[in-house]
Amino acid sequence: MLAFLLRRIVLIVPTFIGVTLLAFALIHLIPGDPVENISGERGMDPARRERLLHEFGLDKPLPVQYIEYVGQVLRGNLGTSLTTHEDVSTEFLTLFPATIELAFFALLFSVIVGLPAGIVAAIKRNTVADYAVMGVSLTGYSMPIFWWALLLILFFSVYLGWTPVSGRISVEYDVPATTGFMLIDTLRSGDFGAFRSALSHLILPSIALGTIPLAVIARMTRSSMLEVLREDYVRTARAKGLPRWQVIVVHALRNALIPVITVIGLQVGLLLSGAILTETIFSWPGVGNWLIHGVQSRDYPVVQGGILLIATIVITVNLIVDMLYGVINPRIRHA
Amino acid sequence: MPLLDIAGLTVTFSTDAHQFIAVDDVDLTIDEGEVVGVVGESGSGKSVMALSLLGLIDFPGRVGARRMTFAGHDLRGIGDRERRDLVGKDIAMIFQDPLASLDPCYTVAHQLMEALAVHGTERERSSRVARRTRALELLQQVEIPDAAARLNAYPHQLSGGMAQRVMIAMAISCQPRLLIADEPTTALDVTVQAQVLDLLLRIQRETHMALILITHDLAIVAETAHRVIVMYAGQQVETGPLPEVFETPAHPYTQALLAALPESSRDHARLQAIPGVVPGAHDRPAGCLLSPRCRYAVARCHRDEPALLGPPGRGARCHFRLDAQGHPTGGWALERRVEAIET
Ligand SMILES: Nc1ncnc2c1ncn2[C@@H]1O[C@H](COP(=O)(O)OP(=O)(O)OP(=O)(O)O)[C@@H](O)[C@H]1O
Ligand SMILES: [Mg+2]
Repeated sequence: MLAFLLRRIVLIVPTFIGVTLLAFALIHLIPGDPVENISGERGMDPARRERLLHEFGLDKPLPVQYIEYVGQVLRGNLGTSLTTHEDVSTEFLTLFPATIELAFFALLFSVIVGLPAGIVAAIKRNTVADYAVMGVSLTGYSMPIFWWALLLILFFSVYLGWTPVSGRISVEYDVPATTGFMLIDTLRSGDFGAFRSALSHLILPSIALGTIPLAVIARMTRSSMLEVLREDYVRTARAKGLPRWQVIVVHALRNALIPVITVIGLQVGLLLSGAILTETIFSWPGVGNWLIHGVQSRDYPVVQGGILLIATIVITVNLIVDMLYGVINPRIRHA
Repeated sequence: MPLLDIAGLTVTFSTDAHQFIAVDDVDLTIDEGEVVGVVGESGSGKSVMALSLLGLIDFPGRVGARRMTFAGHDLRGIGDRERRDLVGKDIAMIFQDPLASLDPCYTVAHQLMEALAVHGTERERSSRVARRTRALELLQQVEIPDAAARLNAYPHQLSGGMAQRVMIAMAISCQPRLLIADEPTTALDVTVQAQVLDLLLRIQRETHMALILITHDLAIVAETAHRVIVMYAGQQVETGPLPEVFETPAHPYTQALLAALPESSRDHARLQAIPGVVPGAHDRPAGCLLSPRCRYAVARCHRDEPALLGPPGRGARCHFRLDAQGHPTGGWALERRVEAIET
């Protein structure tokens, strides 16, 4: 286990280099630069442009800029936003809870629905239930998020009027942001109306964001269950005369979950990238929205820092998942 | 009344296109304390037959029988609940691959205690401590060294022989009256095969349970079983008491199997293996299923399917039962001569 952890930690170095390089290269590949963005349509006189470029450090050759940037990052400094002049990490940290809240509920939704759906599909293999689960999940999987989100909004918000169209909470509520998690903050403020409002704002974005992971989890659970149900130890459990549910839950599901947990962990990356689109569509004030604005205004530090932080989080979560894998799989734990 | 009494057991697997008969009209009775050997090549339906007794044949498999009783319970159309009260308690089974048969996610203790929680004595069902004590006892009973420490082991920490001992412990934990051992030593090292088999037979003698021993090792059956059933392509081709059946086999297949044994082939110039394989779903021959591989086969064998005939408890599925000298009877020589003239 320790050796495994060390190996993983050593792997972080090349990953870090790759991510910074990629973020750096991508944002510089987009035509335009921050100064051009500030100057707007009217243009700017060349002298001032030169001065600003120099001030932002954008007049140096790209490799030098990159090295300097990495040096800064290694000292724990992600720089300041070129548009708001706020510290990038501070901005990220204030907005991140909103994204976590969204991603968490999306994941919760996908697990709560996807896992049982996959189990049922496996147990009722080749029945209507199985075909329904697989059909719906394939549809969900192939539906682009923005399109699916718009359909959800049109139906539930516009047509039925059940849920709000966008944002995190109705404007009438003013909740002090202590934790940054709207549900917790509203509960702490004791305002039940605000809590309900926050909850109802969460529903559609969570469904929109959670649908693809749901499909992935359902399919993985199904195939994993089908494989496990054929195993000799499931036959042994049945030969012991255990009740059917015990055979399925205690023996089959327990083993089937091992690969599913990994897949669930891998969804975190998908959720964070999907959150960027979802947040934009639902005007959800999280880091995804913030990143998109950063790209639009060519706010290099915001984009680079944001990508780097998100990548770090994804790597950390995957590391935790791998460790969890050892916990739920005795063969690895004792290896 | 025998403990297990089965007549006309048939298991079919149907696919869209056609049916495959994995077990074909098998009769099987076993008394309390009796050891019955079931032998046959790979694919002859031994495992399927055993699993059908425990109700472990799943869709698309179908089990049918004229008679199928165990200790007074009719196993045909038995309810799930009622079957679970028998299976794991009065009927237990151990399998060919012990390491794969134990759940990798749980300790030995857990897997032993699980059966006790369902089928154990009243005390065992209510008390975890009692179950654990019993689990330890069981491990000691199957002669696992350092049993207390092994309780907390996971299956991957066990050797094959040890795992099979755990499986045996699990199977006997609720004092079954019938134990089905499906090739219990095939997957084990040669050196531990004999030990595990000895253990199994010692327990059988001590507890006086009935034992169905499935194997393709005729030597094991010869040493241990009171009776034998020889299976081929899902059918019972010969059945009878031992050592009679092995001394004077009435069916050419049994004779061929015996001739293929290393010890009997020692005096022959070369091993008399039976050429060919057991017919599968698509190549079932007409007439006697063995006819394409039988050294005695004549025209009638390719045409008419023989029935299992013979004195009570001593049947053979052959038109020309072998006599005590191992020669076909019933006009076989005549048929052969007629064929020779015709061609
Ligand atoms: N679930 C199933 N569906 C379809 N066919 C099956 C199924 N299970 C077994 N069979 C077929 O039934 C036949 C008998 O199989 P079985 O496992 O009983 O043979 P066996 O005598 O135990 O052989 P071995 O010595 O290899 O264990 C085989 O041809 C096998 O392919
Ligand atoms: Mg078998």
